[in-house]
Amino acid sequence: MLGTAIIIFREVLEAALIVGLVLAVTRGVDGRLRWVGIGIGGGILGAGLLALVADSISPLADGMGQEIINATILFFAVIMLSWHLLWMRKHAAEITQKVNQVGQAVSRGDKEPIILALIIGLAILREGSEAVLFLYGLAAAGSNSSELLLGASMGILGGIVAGSILYFGIARIPVGKLFQVSGWLILLLTAGLASQAVSYLVQADLLPAMGYAVWDSSFLISERSIAGHVLHILIGYVDHPMGIQVMTYSLTIGLLVAVMYVMSQQQAKTRS
Amino acid sequence: MINRSIFVLTLMGLSPFVMAASTDSYELSITNHRFEPAELIIPANTRVKLVVHNRDNSPEEFESHTLHREKIIGPNQSGVINIGPLPAGEYEFVGEFHEDTARGRIVVQ
Repeated sequence: MLGTAIIIFREVLEAALIVGLVLAVTRGVDGRLRWVGIGIGGGILGAGLLALVADSISPLADGMGQEIINATILFFAVIMLSWHLLWMRKHAAEITQKVNQVGQAVSRGDKEPIILALIIGLAILREGSEAVLFLYGLAAAGSNSSELLLGASMGILGGIVAGSILYFGIARIPVGKLFQVSGWLILLLTAGLASQAVSYLVQADLLPAMGYAVWDSSFLISERSIAGHVLHILIGYVDHPMGIQVMTYSLTIGLLVAVMYVMSQQQAKTRS
Repeated sequence: MINRSIFVLTLMGLSPFVMAASTDSYELSITNHRFEPAELIIPANTRVKLVVHNRDNSPEEFESHTLHREKIIGPNQSGVINIGPLPAGEYEFVGEFHEDTARGRIVVQ
C-alpha cells in the first residue's frame, strides 16, 4: 500500500506542483477558478482516455508512438506557458494595480483563461495517464482493491499537499514583487519542460543526444532525492543532462527573455 | 583529392542513417516483475535496439536514469528502446512500477 502511495505521489507531484504554481501566479485573473476546474477535469478525463489507448499508441511511428505523444504534449505545454508568460508581462502593471484594489479582479475578453485551463489540463494528462496505467496494472494483477484505493488516495493527497505548500509559499510574496518572481518561475518551468520534451525526441532517435552527461552533479543533488525531483519538475534540474537538453534549456530562456525585452522596449516607447 | 574528401565527408554524414539500418537488437523479457536477463552486454559507441517483452499481465515502466530513457510497456506487449552510441560503463535500469524486484543493468564495453 505504501509502495502504491509513493509511486502515485511521484506521478501526481508534477501535475500538482504545476497547478499550484499556475494558481499562485494568476491571482487576479478573473474567473480563473472555473477555468482551473475545467483544466483539472479535462486533464483527468484525458489521462483516462490516454491510458485506455496507450497500447494502440505505442506501436505507432515504428514503435516510438509513446515518445512522440509525450514530446508533443510537453511542447504544447511549452507554447502555452510561453504565451502565458508574455501575456503576464504585457498586463503586469494593470493586474498588480487591480489586485491591490482589494478583491477587484481583472476582467477582459482575453484568451488567457483558456490558456490556463490548457496548461493545467496538459500537466495532468501526461503524468495522470501513467498513474492510471499503474493502478490498472495493480488491479489487473488482483491487488486488494481497498488497499489499492487507500494507497492511491494517499498518493494523490500527498501531491495536493505539496502543490498547496508551493501555492501558499508563492502567495506570501507581496503582489508588487509577484510579477518579477513568478515571471522567473514560469520561465524556468517552461525551459525545463522544453528540455524534457527534447529528451523524448532523443529517445525516439529523432534528435542526437550530444553527450549523455555534460556534467554529473548527482553527488550534490541527486535527481532521485525528493529535493532533486522537485527541482526537476519546477526548474528542469537534471543531475547529468544531455548536451541537447542544456542547449534547449538555454535557448528557450534566451528566446523568451529576448521577446520580453523587445516588448518592454516597445511599451516604454508608447508611454513616452 | 578534393573529390575524395567530399566523398569521405558524405559517407560520414550519411553514416548515422546507414548505421540505423543495420542496428543490432537485443531482447529482454519481464516475467513476474523481473528482467531476464538482468544483465546485458552491448558494444561501446554503437547504436543498438533493445526489445523489451513484457510477459506479465500488468504494465511496466522501463526506466533508466543514466540512459535517459523511460517507456511504459503494456501487459503482454513489447516495446523498442533505442540505446547508444554510449561510452563504456555500467548503466542501471529498473521497472518503475515494481522497483523492488525489477532491476537490471546494461554493461557497455
